[in-house]
Amino acid sequence: MMQIVLAVTAVILSLAAAGAILRIARGPSLLDRVLASDVLLAILGAALCIDMAVNRHLNNLMLLVALSVVGFIGSVTVARFVADRREQTHES
Amino acid sequence: MSPEANLGDNVIDTVTAVFLVAGALMSLAAAVGLLRFPDLLSRMHAATKPQVLGLFLLLAAIGLQMRTWWVWPVLLVAWIFQLLTVPVSAHMVGRSGYRTKHMHRELLSSDDLEAVVQKAAKSARDEASNG
Repeated sequence: MMQIVLAVTAVILSLAAAGAILRIARGPSLLDRVLASDVLLAILGAALCIDMAVNRHLNNLMLLVALSVVGFIGSVTVARFVADRREQTHES
Repeated sequence: MSPEANLGDNVIDTVTAVFLVAGALMSLAAAVGLLRFPDLLSRMHAATKPQVLGLFLLLAAIGLQMRTWWVWPVLLVAWIFQLLTVPVSAHMVGRSGYRTKHMHRELLSSDDLEAVVQKAAKSARDEASNG
């Protein structure tokens, strides 16, 4: 049963990562891209969790804790220094 | 192995499978929300699903599969740090998204921040003209 679950979640996470990468590539503003890369990081953490749960090992656990501790620094930094370069309000 | 232990294992495996699939579906929901929602603030709403609830479900699945007690505090630490850090980044992204007008103002039902921003801009203008 665990192998079926692994296959199903692999398909789901691949679709989700494709959607997030599409939003990073397309995303009209820098903040949209930052948000989508945060989601991509969450999807990566989800993949690490599923690998540990299905194969019953804990090799990635410290990586997961470190991700949840420092994962927010990138988006905070970008959001702090983002500037408004457009002349008028956004219309799309 | 006794049949009771076998039954317990089956129950734990089933619950784990449900948690894993549900946690993965949270990521898919976030991706669909990122692609379909119209502006930054509603996309931020979609993005929080895998970060908090999805991570909780997947960590619970790990804890169920490992069958040891010492792993639960570590998983709890990972989840609590996620709960502490996600609002910080969401606050910063939402704040600069508001200031740089990356949103559809007609979709808002109320805007409590506008008066504060106008007041701050006015006092900044006064400072500049006086000094």
